[in-house]
Amino acid sequence: MTPSSSPTAEGVLPGHDDAGGHDGHHHHPNYLVDGTTVKSWLLTIDHKRIGLMFLASVLFFFLIGGVFALAVRVELLTPGPTVMDAMTYNRAFTLHGLIMIFLFMIPAIPAAFGNFMLPLMLGAKDVAFPRLNLASFYIYVTGALLMIWGMLNGGLDTGWTFYTPYSTHTTTTVAPVLFGAFVIGFSSIATGLNFIVTVHTMRAPGITWFKLPLFVWAIYATSCIQVLATPVIGLLTLLVVGENLFSFGLFDPARGGDPVLFQHLFWFYSHPAVYIMVLPAFGVMSEVVAAFSRKNIFGYRAVAYSSLGIAFVGFFAWGHHMFVSGQSTFDAGIFGVLTMLVGVFTAIKVFNWVGTVYKGAVDFRTPFAYFCGFLFFTVFGGMTGIAVGTVSLDMPWHDTYFVVAHFHFIMVGATLMAFLAAFHYWFPKMFGRMYHEGWGLVSAALIILGFNATFIPQFLLGNYGMPRRYYEYPARFQALNVASTAGATLLAFGFVIVAIYLTYALFYGRASGKNPWRSKGYEWLSESPPPTHNFVGPQPTFPEEPHYYVAPKKDEVKDV
Amino acid sequence: MSDIANKILFLPERASTFAERVDVLHYFVVGTTMVMSAGVGLAALFFFFRFRRRVPNQTTEYVVPDLKTEFLFVSVPLVFFLVWFAIGFRDFTWVTTPPKDAMDVYVMGKQWMWKFAYPEGPNGVNVLHVPANRPVRLLITSRDVLHSFYVPAFRIKMDALPGRYTQVWFEATKPGTYQVLCTEYCGLSHSKMLAEVVVLAPEDFEEWLKEQQRGRLQGRQDALADTSLVPPVARMAEQGEKLTATQGCLKCHTVDGAPHVGPTFLGMYDRQEKLADGQTIRVDEAYITQSMMDPGAHLVVGYQNVMPTYQGKLQGPETAAIVEYIKTLRTANVREVSSEGPAYDPIQ
Repeated sequence: MTPSSSPTAEGVLPGHDDAGGHDGHHHHPNYLVDGTTVKSWLLTIDHKRIGLMFLASVLFFFLIGGVFALAVRVELLTPGPTVMDAMTYNRAFTLHGLIMIFLFMIPAIPAAFGNFMLPLMLGAKDVAFPRLNLASFYIYVTGALLMIWGMLNGGLDTGWTFYTPYSTHTTTTVAPVLFGAFVIGFSSIATGLNFIVTVHTMRAPGITWFKLPLFVWAIYATSCIQVLATPVIGLLTLLVVGENLFSFGLFDPARGGDPVLFQHLFWFYSHPAVYIMVLPAFGVMSEVVAAFSRKNIFGYRAVAYSSLGIAFVGFFAWGHHMFVSGQSTFDAGIFGVLTMLVGVFTAIKVFNWVGTVYKGAVDFRTPFAYFCGFLFFTVFGGMTGIAVGTVSLDMPWHDTYFVVAHFHFIMVGATLMAFLAAFHYWFPKMFGRMYHEGWGLVSAALIILGFNATFIPQFLLGNYGMPRRYYEYPARFQALNVASTAGATLLAFGFVIVAIYLTYALFYGRASGKNPWRSKGYEWLSESPPPTHNFVGPQPTFPEEPHYYVAPKKDEVKDV
Repeated sequence: MSDIANKILFLPERASTFAERVDVLHYFVVGTTMVMSAGVGLAALFFFFRFRRRVPNQTTEYVVPDLKTEFLFVSVPLVFFLVWFAIGFRDFTWVTTPPKDAMDVYVMGKQWMWKFAYPEGPNGVNVLHVPANRPVRLLITSRDVLHSFYVPAFRIKMDALPGRYTQVWFEATKPGTYQVLCTEYCGLSHSKMLAEVVVLAPEDFEEWLKEQQRGRLQGRQDALADTSLVPPVARMAEQGEKLTATQGCLKCHTVDGAPHVGPTFLGMYDRQEKLADGQTIRVDEAYITQSMMDPGAHLVVGYQNVMPTYQGKLQGPETAAIVEYIKTLRTANVREVSSEGPAYDPIQ
């Protein structure tokens, strides 16, 4: 693995097919070296540095969440106790779920890559409220520390769903963890608000709504959900804390409360939260598939509108988590139909991505490999979502491993593929260096294979009837559990390789040049890595739509 | 054919009428999912090879879909999904609407065991006996936190909620022993909250009933275990009759049809009641239980909201007993009709 062993030569070329008139001189320091003290990083208001700090944080939490995932899988190798006792197991899966959802998946793409790319894609110098952006990072860190402190002191065992009345009766410490989630909510709202205002007010001349990169559309739709839905979980966590500490009696039937009320409020946030996780992933993939197929997005408007469609309908489908909770059959019907609509919007995206490859010029690089994995996880995860949204089928599947496999496929599979694709696609943009393409492809293959090997057995386990959150299980479920754990090991191995070659590339990777992919995404119009205020010289203009790879006019160089 | 499909999909054996309905749709949905995934995958794969990049700076045609293509993208999945929904919803309605002649069993979840009670006699813990080829309605509640009653072989599942009754029904198609699992996380020993349904051939079930009556079960662990109950009595209805007196229900409700502060219990069960808000509601187990716990929730027209809540004052089995008592007041000669459920003497 040497810095110069990348199979392509085009990346080192200083030339790029950037027809714009941007200043390419290097006397403006890039954002990475503009101030090198610890203070200049911790107190920065540069969206790129804040994005990187978010990236480092979410990667750290991904590591912790992943270690606990492995612990859970190892425990499930045998039907009885394997390496831990029941209480430790219950805390382990709770920790895994909480960290992965609240500390990794929700902030991963919007707060890290969204923060970094959004202003670049809009031709803006920064986000609308740079100080709020920094505050949002510290609010996130505060909430995360509170959560983890709570989990280490007292150890929550409710699962990440905190269902009452268990969460108000359990002897473990619920209050600090829920309060941590409450605090993190503010970070989510602040970031969302910041992005919405940025998209509305800071688009460079020429960027009309229908010339916005699709990643921006996706982040915009996500931000709308964050701003509208997060207050509900914020209030709910406070109510549960109140119930737990001061016996409010809102959810406890022994005090006249309603335990199902909690589920309604919880899923009113947590169902849209699924789209907070997966919509940015869809946005990343729209960019990646266009860049590596060198094609305009097939059905740009359909893809943009379907993001808004998912964001809208996503608010009205929460009841499909509660088909067997005692809600009325009529309610189940309403929520069932609305769930189907989410599937239709997702299908539009899938078809248009495949359509984008049609008549394209495909360069099969690491980000594109992740796009292939993503396509499979989204179709299979989405279709199994329709399957569990089919009310009669949900009756046997609800709360079994089928659901576990389904949501890992769509939420984790799709989001993780997009996270890794974004990391590889934008790595040269962010750090100005290239990683080793061969290792990139090998680890992508390992991760996609490992992911399938982990979760396809879990679909079958669900069919077979194994409920989720089981510390012990009847012996007939063992073979599939062993297969799943083996897959998880492969998956972890893939991540280790990625961590190694990307860390290596960060320090020793060869210079990537401004636009190694020759992408026509707007973000590549600035330097790589970008200077502190993104663009040097006069404000850039964007006359073409993003990813416009049509044959150049006569005055442009054609290197065929 | 379907046995092979069940093996491939790891589906447990099919032992109820609902399982047969669900599995057909299951094959259809899973099959379409496979075909769709393969279709999208193969199309993408073909495009990756057919349209691979030949020169570094290749340009492409500007391709946009026409309206017909976009319409196809929307309508094909929509039609498929709505058909699945329609079939699924029909089956779901079917399984949440028990037949009138169903035999009743009360199910109570408690950390970490399942208790079963027949209206006409004592109860059992973790073993539920039912006859084959006869609809059985489960009336499910919880003593503490949420649980969920799940029988994979029957493909049925329903949450158990404290202070409330939910219901689901099944008709077992063949004798055997089937596992019951709890699928709603309920604490430390969630995964040990297992039980079994023993389905007996109708004649064996009759035999089992007689055995019960001879009191052979004395001392068995699945005998009445809930010692917190008021001294156990033979029939839930009789217990309920005593409870209505001791809890003060009869101060406001009559059992002879005469109007009083509250509606009379006579003929109340299964009646359509007009509510103060204009709706009508059928008086069933869930409604009666709710009226005890939250009397103002659905007020019958013409009555004041003056009843105190019995939340916390009545245990799950006690509300069930009162419901059973009210059921006996359905018609004048209800006691002469042969019982739907097992009838046997208390094990005491």
